[in-house]
Amino acid sequence: MNWKQLALGAATVLALAACSSTKPMDPAATAPVASGSGANSGATAGAQQGGAVDPLNDPNSQLAKRNVYFDFDSSSVRSSEKPTVEAHAAYLAAHPDRKLQVQGNTDSRGSREYNLALGQRRAESVKNAMQVLGAKDSQIEAISYGKEKPKSNGSSDADYAENRRDDIVYQGQ
Amino acid sequence: MQLAFFLKDRRWLWMAFLAVLLPLGARAEDMTIEIVGGGSNQHAIAVVPFKSETSGVNEALTPTIKNDLSLSGVFRMVPTEGVANVPFSAADVKYPLWQAAGAQLVAVGSVVPTGGQFRISFALQDVAQKKTLTSGQFTVGADRARDVAHTIANMIYEAITGQKGIFNTRIVYVQKMGSEYHLQVADVDGGRARTVLRSKEPIISPSWSPDGNKLAYVSFETKKPVVWVQDLATGQRRMVANFKGSNSAPAWSPDGTHLAVTLTTSGNSQVYIVPANGGSPRRLTHSSAIDTEPTWSPDGGSILFVSDRAGGPQIYRIAANGGEPQRLTYAGSYNVSPKVSPDGKSFTYIRREGGRFRVMIQTFGNNDSRVLSDGSYNERPSYAPNGQLVLYASDQGGKSVLYAATTDGGSRVKLAVINGSVQDPAWGPSSNP
Repeated sequence: MNWKQLALGAATVLALAACSSTKPMDPAATAPVASGSGANSGATAGAQQGGAVDPLNDPNSQLAKRNVYFDFDSSSVRSSEKPTVEAHAAYLAAHPDRKLQVQGNTDSRGSREYNLALGQRRAESVKNAMQVLGAKDSQIEAISYGKEKPKSNGSSDADYAENRRDDIVYQGQ
Repeated sequence: MQLAFFLKDRRWLWMAFLAVLLPLGARAEDMTIEIVGGGSNQHAIAVVPFKSETSGVNEALTPTIKNDLSLSGVFRMVPTEGVANVPFSAADVKYPLWQAAGAQLVAVGSVVPTGGQFRISFALQDVAQKKTLTSGQFTVGADRARDVAHTIANMIYEAITGQKGIFNTRIVYVQKMGSEYHLQVADVDGGRARTVLRSKEPIISPSWSPDGNKLAYVSFETKKPVVWVQDLATGQRRMVANFKGSNSAPAWSPDGTHLAVTLTTSGNSQVYIVPANGGSPRRLTHSSAIDTEPTWSPDGGSILFVSDRAGGPQIYRIAANGGEPQRLTYAGSYNVSPKVSPDGKSFTYIRREGGRFRVMIQTFGNNDSRVLSDGSYNERPSYAPNGQLVLYASDQGGKSVLYAATTDGGSRVKLAVINGSVQDPAWGPSSNP
């Protein structure tokens, strides 16, 4: 169905197609796109590069991954997470008009403010890596939610691991 | 373990008494006071219900007075039921009966309508000496009974301890209500709680201005941490630190003109000073590590903060105009959330030790520290304005509750929270409304 619509070639249709194609993939990570299925935000995120679908909205792209996970007590980007960081850095380098927030998070124990700073360090770590890979400082804001927005509320090692992460959130999405 | 302590000490007797008494005296607010530890030097006081206190004024005074005195940790309540004497003035007190009941002190009083207002009289009697230690008279509107009750508790506290009372103070805390965050301001006993900010996004780190008229806090309502200042009387508020990156950890200078905050414009969390009305930040700390959680000394001359420049988080002190920081904590690998005592001689903070997060108190000039808290998870201690108590939040079975502990470690009081969980408390300055 998407390919049929693509064949029509109209930019607005392209935009809508881009939106609907992301919907079933990962509702949590891409919810802002789904909620913006009206023409406006869809048009921003969609059709660019002379008619090709914006890879940002391709569920099969590495760009569909919007989380970067960390080891305990670490803010280093581990090797398993590097493809995600590289993909977003390359995208930013190719799209100088796009901006994103890297939002650091921590697990739930300890001082709120110290955790905010630990989350910030994780966010800065990914921001720095993206800059080394060609993104510009002005395209990335590193911020932290500290321990305030745990993805997982449990207290198992797996829950904690789920909370030790950065979320990548594009402006306008 | 605690139960055994109480049984041994026979304090269960008055624990049981309070357990019965407090729900009866409790108001409609969310919190009630429950004693969970008792000092050895508590003064035994009988607070006799004031004459006519349940008619006319909008709430009875003695439940509030008893709650306040219990909260201080230096009094224990002697039951008045069953004593064959119900005095309302000093002249009515039959001392032998109160002595037999175990009371060292008896508080008496009355409420009398007068010209559309109410005259509230009270006296504190010393049972052994058979004399008045302090007394007072207040003529107020019906809605001021609670303020007068707090003032009477202050007078009793001051007469006995020689220290300034703290019962006219307020506290701020964040209460999670479902998916909402409520910034709450309440009397120190939890009474008259009101919501000053409500948000779907987190609110953390509220901090009182020295005059008690404003709060600084961190709100995530713009999808990032931003420092706001809000006037409590008008509700007006403004962003005072909204720079690229995270803005957090506000702390007022003692003169109320500036805030120490944590900004990340340098690419890491560092402490800055900003004017309290907003304006250009001045960088205070210079490290490549995390520097955060600033708090001022009462004389304004120095700032304590947390830094992990040496590995784990430790507490440092730096002159307010900059310079080389000095490390203050060495024991333990995780020391955070410092606050300096009102007399500037000691500081309280949280130490992680074997999976427990403990409230510590430490004197400047030496490395001696002691534990104030029980329980395994505690956060964000702050001093009462008189320096005699420390307020902190504690996690109990997934719920946070507020405690006030005496700084000598002798006693601890729980402000039991019924609805939602409570976090990030801060004790406000004295006010006499």
